[in-house]
Amino acid sequence: MKIDSLILRTMVRLLFTMLLLFSVFIFFRGHNEPGGGFIAGLVAAAAYALYSIAYTTNDARHALWATPRTLIGTGLLIALASGLVGILRGGAFLSGQWMNELVITEEIIIKVGTPLFFDIGVFLTVIGVTLTIVFALEEVE
Amino acid sequence: MIAVSVLSVFAAALLAPLLFRKQNNLSPWLIALLPLGLTIYYISLLPSAAAGNPLTFTRPWAEALGASFSFRADGLGLLFALLISGIGTLVVIYAGGYLKKEVLARFYPWLLVFMGAMLGVALSDNLILLFVFWELTSLSSFMLIGFENEKETARASALQALLVTGTGGLAMLAGVVLLGYAGGTYEISALLSNGTAVQSHSLYLPALILILLGAFTKSAQFPFHFWLPNAMAAPTPVSAYLHSATMVKAGIYLLARLNPVLGGTDVWMYIVGSVGALTMLIGGYLALTQTDLKKLLAYSTLSALGTLTMLIGLGTVHALEAAVVLLLAHGLYKGALFLVAGALDHETGTRDVTQLGGLFRLMPITAVGAGIAALSMAGLPPLFGFISKELIYETGLEINPWLTTAIVAMGLFNVFVAGVVGVGPFIGEQTKTPKKAHEAPFSMWLGPALLAGLSLLIGLFPGGVSSLVFSPATSSVVGEAVVVKLKLWHGVNTAFLLSIGTVIAGVGLFAARNSVRSALQNIEWKWGPDYLYSLALEGLTKVANWQTRIIQHGYLRYYLWVIVLIVTVGGALALWRIPDLSLYLKLKDFDFKIYELVLAVLIVGSALVAVRSPSRMGAVAALGAAGYSIALIYLLFGAPDLAMTQFAIESLTVILFVLAFYHLPKFQTFSSDRARYRDAAIAAAAGMLMTALVLVAVNAQFSDAISNFFVDNAWDKAYGKNIVNVILVDFRGLDTMGEITVLGIAGIGVYALLKLRKGEGSDK
Repeated sequence: MKIDSLILRTMVRLLFTMLLLFSVFIFFRGHNEPGGGFIAGLVAAAAYALYSIAYTTNDARHALWATPRTLIGTGLLIALASGLVGILRGGAFLSGQWMNELVITEEIIIKVGTPLFFDIGVFLTVIGVTLTIVFALEEVE
Repeated sequence: MIAVSVLSVFAAALLAPLLFRKQNNLSPWLIALLPLGLTIYYISLLPSAAAGNPLTFTRPWAEALGASFSFRADGLGLLFALLISGIGTLVVIYAGGYLKKEVLARFYPWLLVFMGAMLGVALSDNLILLFVFWELTSLSSFMLIGFENEKETARASALQALLVTGTGGLAMLAGVVLLGYAGGTYEISALLSNGTAVQSHSLYLPALILILLGAFTKSAQFPFHFWLPNAMAAPTPVSAYLHSATMVKAGIYLLARLNPVLGGTDVWMYIVGSVGALTMLIGGYLALTQTDLKKLLAYSTLSALGTLTMLIGLGTVHALEAAVVLLLAHGLYKGALFLVAGALDHETGTRDVTQLGGLFRLMPITAVGAGIAALSMAGLPPLFGFISKELIYETGLEINPWLTTAIVAMGLFNVFVAGVVGVGPFIGEQTKTPKKAHEAPFSMWLGPALLAGLSLLIGLFPGGVSSLVFSPATSSVVGEAVVVKLKLWHGVNTAFLLSIGTVIAGVGLFAARNSVRSALQNIEWKWGPDYLYSLALEGLTKVANWQTRIIQHGYLRYYLWVIVLIVTVGGALALWRIPDLSLYLKLKDFDFKIYELVLAVLIVGSALVAVRSPSRMGAVAALGAAGYSIALIYLLFGAPDLAMTQFAIESLTVILFVLAFYHLPKFQTFSSDRARYRDAAIAAAAGMLMTALVLVAVNAQFSDAISNFFVDNAWDKAYGKNIVNVILVDFRGLDTMGEITVLGIAGIGVYALLKLRKGEGSDK
């Protein structure tokens, strides 16, 4: 399915990047403010879905660096792996493991732990699932 | 280190395919280094096990469930581990010569998974852990039996083996749970000293029967024996390894392992003893008519497995000692004979014994290996098989004449099979074979030669092996320290005279093998367990077809009906059981702001529009409006995360709807007014139930302990200020894990539905 609209295409070209940036922003924001992997995944998926409508599904597939189904598997694997770290460190499956704080300035403190990677897994899975369905629907003859 | 030794094999299974990236004849040899190293390692553990001080390893796993990663290398475990790693080494090398180069990369991972699982079974000290490894052996066996997956028979046999051993495995799991409950622990070493408590427990009998089901299916005991001969569809290295030397002995291992806990009672003796004796005789008898080398060996393996089971069932110290000795003796001679059968098949192109003869001159090394193994199997001195057979005869003589008769019959069958497989193909006139025969390559005669050599060596010098291997292993089975002293020469006694008789009669039977075969071949068994199995499988498919036709009729509207009605009725019933329900259904502090009212009107209004709209697009837009209004409610009541998700979902839903609508025919009204009123009634009932549920949920007094825990710990323990997100990715991470997995499966399901539709006639 293709909608031939110059207005839509021009808008999407602007929106696409912003939506993706917004999804990354929302992803990291989720730690302390409303947001998180699930919502970020939906936003990113919406960006690609819009793109595929304004241009073609093939263009959208090219813009995505992997096939959506690969994203599902990758996301699940990352989530699983982040859970296994807990076991390896002697805790329970999925128990959060944190690295020491990286203090960059007094305001910017980065903390990295397995829940972050778990959330990345959620993020990728959600994108993968949504786009698998969207692209497949678009490609039905 | 024990745990590492088991896990290293699994790691090797993952890495093995990398070795075959390039054509390389050395790869099998490289892989063989691992089991070889393990063999040496296990040998180095023998002295400590013999001293009654076995190496152990424990890590917690799921403590509340009684499961732990505990391993223990005692005499019995090490005997098994040595069989697995030792014969495993030879099989790995052998398979490199036997199988086509192209399939090796697919073959070794599964063989190694099996090896690791089997080592796990032998060395686990926890029943749950043992069960996990046990099931892994069934799974890997499935993959290996069905290895030549382009063959229909291979697939059917693989499925049969999986179904039989898998069903038995489930029974065993139930039995294990009961046993753990009765004994108060799942740690095997702790259970072993708890025998009297378990046996006087009321759950003893059910636990025993369930565990026996697991052991009997795995070790192919009558009436579950039929899968083993069919499993010969596997490549020969697999048959030699899994279906003769190791996996089928897992059941025997379990019986031996649990003998101190479960054994010694009358029930045990009668069930285990008689099932074993029956299998021993049936297997031996059925072997008489076979002409296929592998089937001959399979049926005689059944006979040996029956013998082992029977000996464990009898339970006297002498019988258990005989079982332990037979375990190794059988592994050595049967492993060798299987490998010889594979070599013959590989070099001549046939496994039919009537087509094989006079090959001694062409395949001298294989012939010598086969001959020694056959003599051991026939129980001739000075081979190890002789010592083993004498022990079994003595056991029989100790107990009663009936048993002795059965055992002598088994001995007779053994001499016959040993002759037909190990001697027949090499003597007499040279026959014309499909392929021009020549000596097997080094990798393929090494195994039989080494195994046969060991049969001879242990036969001549049984002393060292007795004290290092058999004494500790027998002690594990008996449950107290036993000293086993094996000797080749026992003097002329009744057992020896019986042996001489058996061999003479067996040689006679072998000489007359063609007339024996034709005399017995006419007897057919239609109603065997194999037939019942196929009947049951067909019946299952029929029932499944029937109930799928009824339940999965393919009408979306009726599916929706069923789902909504069941939820409504079920929910209503649950509400009904709440005492003083009317108290909960009141609206407390009924008070609202004007914008809330506006939202409520918006939601109701757009729902009505969605229902009445004459176009699909209108309905979707109305649904979207309802969704956005609900998201606004979330926002108003302090759930921004939920609101954001709802916004995103609503937007995407509209996109999905539009994409799907694109393919739908023109919007029309098909349903009658009556049908619409009926649907409205169902919808209204569901809506009322939801309202009631929400009211009850709001008014019910819940303990707030959990939410307080989340609030208190989100920052301290999980370093996050957004409690919702912390719950999702940390506190309740397992739930999320499950959800995204379901999401992924659903996505792939939709994909499959959309993609597979093409090319199929769409009748629905």
